[in-house]
Amino acid sequence: MTETVGTPILQAPHAEGAHDQHMVLNMGPQHPSTHGVLRLVVEIDGEIVVRLYPEIGYLHTGIEKTCEAKLYHQVVPLTDRVDYLGPMANNLCYCLAVEKLLELEIPAKAQWMRVLLAELTRLNSHLIWLGTHAMDIGALTVFLYTFREREEILRIFEGLSGQRMMTSYIRIGGLSMEPPLDFFDRVQAFIRTFPEKIDEYANLLTGNPIFSSRLKGVGYLSPADAIALGVTGPTMRGSGVDFDLRRDMPYSGYEKFQFHVPTATQGDCWARYEIRLVEMRESVKIIQQALDGMPGGPIKADAPKIVLPDREKMKTQMEALIHHFKIVTEGFAVPAGEVYQGIESGHGQVGYYVVSDGTAKPYRVHMRYPGFATLQALETMCKGRMLADVVAVIGSIDIVLGEIDR
Amino acid sequence: MDDVRNENLTGKAAVLQGLPEHPAVKAILAWNPQAFLDAKWDRQELTLTIAAEEIRSAAAALQAAGYNFFEDMTAVDWFPSSPRFQLSYHLLSHAFKERIRLRVLVEGETPAVESITPLWPGADYYEREVFDLFGIRFEGHPNLRRILMPDDWVGHPLRKDYPVEGYR
Repeated sequence: MTETVGTPILQAPHAEGAHDQHMVLNMGPQHPSTHGVLRLVVEIDGEIVVRLYPEIGYLHTGIEKTCEAKLYHQVVPLTDRVDYLGPMANNLCYCLAVEKLLELEIPAKAQWMRVLLAELTRLNSHLIWLGTHAMDIGALTVFLYTFREREEILRIFEGLSGQRMMTSYIRIGGLSMEPPLDFFDRVQAFIRTFPEKIDEYANLLTGNPIFSSRLKGVGYLSPADAIALGVTGPTMRGSGVDFDLRRDMPYSGYEKFQFHVPTATQGDCWARYEIRLVEMRESVKIIQQALDGMPGGPIKADAPKIVLPDREKMKTQMEALIHHFKIVTEGFAVPAGEVYQGIESGHGQVGYYVVSDGTAKPYRVHMRYPGFATLQALETMCKGRMLADVVAVIGSIDIVLGEIDR
Repeated sequence: MDDVRNENLTGKAAVLQGLPEHPAVKAILAWNPQAFLDAKWDRQELTLTIAAEEIRSAAAALQAAGYNFFEDMTAVDWFPSSPRFQLSYHLLSHAFKERIRLRVLVEGETPAVESITPLWPGADYYEREVFDLFGIRFEGHPNLRRILMPDDWVGHPLRKDYPVEGYR
């Protein structure tokens, strides 16, 4: 290695002009309110934030580089680990991108199952957000309640895939296996009671004067700033930008579902809180529609050279055994090309950019995760506000450092 | 229109003929046809190849034409072929509900292109990431430092001549 472009060509902005009466405060990387390993360099004047500079990269694992060394189907388990609160959404986005490259037709049942699982994942992600956000503000009880419901979602995932968090259940060409017999009943039982649980959280928080005074008017982000800074998801919709990929650029059959996309115009932490609560109720509606209209039929595409055969077939048919052996050992070639697939995850717009050179390994996998862009807006939201508001704002933008650092 | 959209179109001439009404194609033609090098309509995605030195002004033209949201940007290293690096910008239009890709090819060991951070402040981290992992410089970027790797790291890990296991 001969190049030496490793040195910083500019110093961090916080280092150059720190005013004499200003104090530079280091927050994190190990701080309970940073939701992971995030370091913030905050320049404060008394208790007022003058500048704020996020330092990231503490969880960088080079996952995009690893993808280039794996076969296409071996990348699926890596995607689980990026945004560890939304495994199904990550699997879905990657699989949709590769399926677009392969121009694979996905059977209806697999599509509906994917929608159902993506929405369960959204509930999972929003529950963690609500619990930890309220905990940051000082309302510890909600955390215990939301984790109770999240536990049931994780149990459903475990029954489905054998794993609680790193599910890898959505595969290229469909799903990894048929859902267990009691799956639909369990989901039905869960969403029957879930709206009451949302009421329970709202009862604890919405009327709570401490909670509302910590959030109302705090962390304002204008619609123009939200677009300019690349903010997506509930944070963007809280600023009044009405855009949701599920509705506006549907994927995986979302166009067949009726749901409402909540927006608010206040652009503060409170708007984001209310939007996520409504989103949870809308997710319940989508799950109910998916349960009611779940089509029958296969859960895997009819592509024996790409999709692993059933165990049963593999043990009785020579052809299936050969395909299994070929897929596991040498993978499958994907036609050359480049695709970008975006989906709406719990945090915002996720995108996978997959470039193929015609071999069995992806030439380049780039992951666009919403937290990375949203973090850029943190300074705009915190500037001129009290230091304690930084904690409320970080909670309200719902970041996961695993997806930011990748 | 729909029939054309289901076919793949390769090359600038084919795209100009097949999608003359596409807002991005119209905007780029109105902006500067000389810097519009190539185009591709593949798997329902439009890719426009722009001359490297004109990327900021092309992005500005598209921003004015309704592609208001900068969604993503990254690079691909085509080592050892030439030109070596490809930059892919993904722009989204909230009004047209459509995404386009701008493609820029750059050459050399330490290539440089104009930064689009002045147009979209949200491109800041993305350009820093490409600088960090590919070693492509962005002129006019306010704070071009490494973002994911440590500041004193040597090399650019996502380059194809950088081993997956790293240097030991």
